[in-house]
Amino acid sequence: MSHDGRLLRAIVLGVVGLGLIAPIVFGLWQTGRAAFGVLPALGQDVASLEPWRDLAALPGFGTSLRLTLVTGLGSTLLSLLLATGFCAAVHARINPSAGARLLTPFLAIPHAAMAVGLAFVLAPSGWIARALAPVAGWDRPPDIPLVNDGWGIALMIGLMVKEVPFLLLVILSALSQIPVARQMAAGRALGYGRGIVWIKIIMPQVWPLIRLPVWVVLAYALSVVDMAIILGPSNPPTLAVAVTRWFSDPNPAMILPASAGAIFQAGIVVLGVGLLVLGEAVGKVIGRWWLRRGGRGLSAEPGLWVTSAGVMVLMSVGVLAMLSLVVWSLAWRWSFPQVLPETWSLKPWMGAQDRWMRALANTLVLAGATVALSLALAIAWLEGEDSAPRARAPWAEALIYLPLLIPQIGFLFGLNIGFLHLGLSGSIWAVVWAQALFVFPYVMIALSDPWRALDPRMIRAAAALGAGRGRRLWAIKLPVLIRPIMTAAAIGVAVSVAQYLPTLFMGAGRIATLTTEAVTLSSGSDRRVTGVYATLQAALPLVAYLAAFLIPAIVHRNRRDLSGTSAT
Amino acid sequence: MSLDLDAISICAADGTALFQPVTLHVPAGKVVTVMGPSGVGKSTFLDAIGGHLKPGFCLSGKVLLNGRDVTTLPAEARRIGLMFQDALLFPHLSVGDNLAFGLPPGLRGRLQRRTAVETALDQAGLAGLYDRDPATLSGGQRARAALMRTLLAEPAALLLDEPFSKLDAGLRGDMRRFTFDHVKSRAVPALMVTHDPDDATAAGGPIVALAGLVQP
Repeated sequence: MSHDGRLLRAIVLGVVGLGLIAPIVFGLWQTGRAAFGVLPALGQDVASLEPWRDLAALPGFGTSLRLTLVTGLGSTLLSLLLATGFCAAVHARINPSAGARLLTPFLAIPHAAMAVGLAFVLAPSGWIARALAPVAGWDRPPDIPLVNDGWGIALMIGLMVKEVPFLLLVILSALSQIPVARQMAAGRALGYGRGIVWIKIIMPQVWPLIRLPVWVVLAYALSVVDMAIILGPSNPPTLAVAVTRWFSDPNPAMILPASAGAIFQAGIVVLGVGLLVLGEAVGKVIGRWWLRRGGRGLSAEPGLWVTSAGVMVLMSVGVLAMLSLVVWSLAWRWSFPQVLPETWSLKPWMGAQDRWMRALANTLVLAGATVALSLALAIAWLEGEDSAPRARAPWAEALIYLPLLIPQIGFLFGLNIGFLHLGLSGSIWAVVWAQALFVFPYVMIALSDPWRALDPRMIRAAAALGAGRGRRLWAIKLPVLIRPIMTAAAIGVAVSVAQYLPTLFMGAGRIATLTTEAVTLSSGSDRRVTGVYATLQAALPLVAYLAAFLIPAIVHRNRRDLSGTSAT
Repeated sequence: MSLDLDAISICAADGTALFQPVTLHVPAGKVVTVMGPSGVGKSTFLDAIGGHLKPGFCLSGKVLLNGRDVTTLPAEARRIGLMFQDALLFPHLSVGDNLAFGLPPGLRGRLQRRTAVETALDQAGLAGLYDRDPATLSGGQRARAALMRTLLAEPAALLLDEPFSKLDAGLRGDMRRFTFDHVKSRAVPALMVTHDPDDATAAGGPIVALAGLVQP
């Protein structure tokens, strides 16, 4: 038994190492070489700092850098503040599983689709302006640049609409591991106000549990491309968008400063995470000093209610954005101050039928292949862990987070060089591989806790009845864990559908998915066609989540311990 | 049938032994009770005999079933049944299918297998409950179903890990009688760990104390 375990474990570690970690290291290495002037394909093989000088001299570089820092750090810190305040205000009042269900649509919808919807809502001719038009007396869209604004405010709103629900989910799940109600009672009995107990007692316990997800949010916000193209300032754009543009510049010499920019982008993320670590250390010292003074403090209630209101506004805007996708895709005549279209039509759907069907087919194939691959690998990993003679390897688990923390732009170009050598670039398999780098970590994170929470005695009982490894896996573990497995698959589908850069780079522009089409069309003129793609893009993950909810409920409809939400 | 332990001792990851080596003989149809202070490693002791020892522990000594050394066999090949304080019926299978899971594959034919399960359900006072969701059974019904599932696998020995501690006081006596009667009638050697002296009295067999090692 232990030999099988060791073999399975070795295979899984090999696949993860060669398939997941090696491409990232290789990609970073190749990009890094190009950043220092070494790119044999262009006949450049002398190391120099020239690309960095070129990068700094590129028009708009300074502004791009400022925009990236402001939108990335700003949206993350604001999201964290809002989510924490909201949880503090309403935690005692909400049922965690119902809350998680309410958040699902916000988590499922890809960033690009949400961005398209927000652009529809926030634009001068969008829903908010239309609603205000009768009051403000506008008969033409007002001349206020609310989308693509030079400050990046629309981009920050977009990021926050996506990140606040994610942080809420993470904080709620962390809170479920802490006896909040009892600690709150103990704190209040000592004379501390509710808000102060939250800050001094609850949050310090929550932070270690949400630290890593916050890092992931920050890394994402600092290097997001698709949402920044749709909502962010366009000239100059944020650094990640600028780097993407330089990589696809018709002049191949631009690849060198673009690579320097990509490495610089990775450096910004390291710096951002470093700032969080520093902030945590400083916060610890100040927090202890503050705590020891024993001040019962002023009530923090007003602050809590302001953050809660902020969350509610953000979520409402998000709901409007999702609705607007569907409305636009069905609109025909819709002149300015009208709140709803004057005539409806299926023509946007019929007109682009061939094109969206092809994009939908590609998206489905990619999602199916990446999720199947990632799920198989995750299950093999966890099963190997169960039967291996040694306990789990924390270093290997830490590596899983690597693709989520390193900006995609930092290694995708270099990785594509490798794929070109292998003759893979532009094929669907190259895109499957590149997407799996990001799908696998989420699938693994979603599946590992429920898997490890399975009562080991139940597995021992099966073994004592004579069931070998295979039977224990297929007849006990997988059916009992069907709900978390389906949930992990749904998360995987959402992640795969949302991928923009890996599809663009590895597909060499030849593999069109709903996401790449939506981003391309978003800068164009016809909102109705954009609406079609964004609607499909948003619907696909939702359907996956729905299936993840329904299938276990149907399969285990007569099994009380598994049909409810308690099994996950 | 008999179960013999020959100088069994277990050491933790840091190399320290959990208790003094145990040598004992369990004849067929008899229950030997192992008692010891909590934390001494009673459950780990049963894990080792059943082949479920967690990674990190090491085992010395021998486990003999009918004179055959099974120490190096994996759990599923030992034919040593296991009962816990929780029934641990598989939540995704019906009560009957839980029992069928234990039935050896050697028994062929859908009808024969179904009959074997129905007979066992009947013996346990669970007649007609084949299709029931295990979550809807009472505590006593669940415990009896778990015992029948274990016995259907035709174990060569039985390990009982505080099997009655979660039952109501009223049910406990019934369940003890039910369990020990089956042990006797099927002539299986059984080893029980418990900290309830009443369990030991009811079992009627020899009592072995698991002695912890004096910590320096």
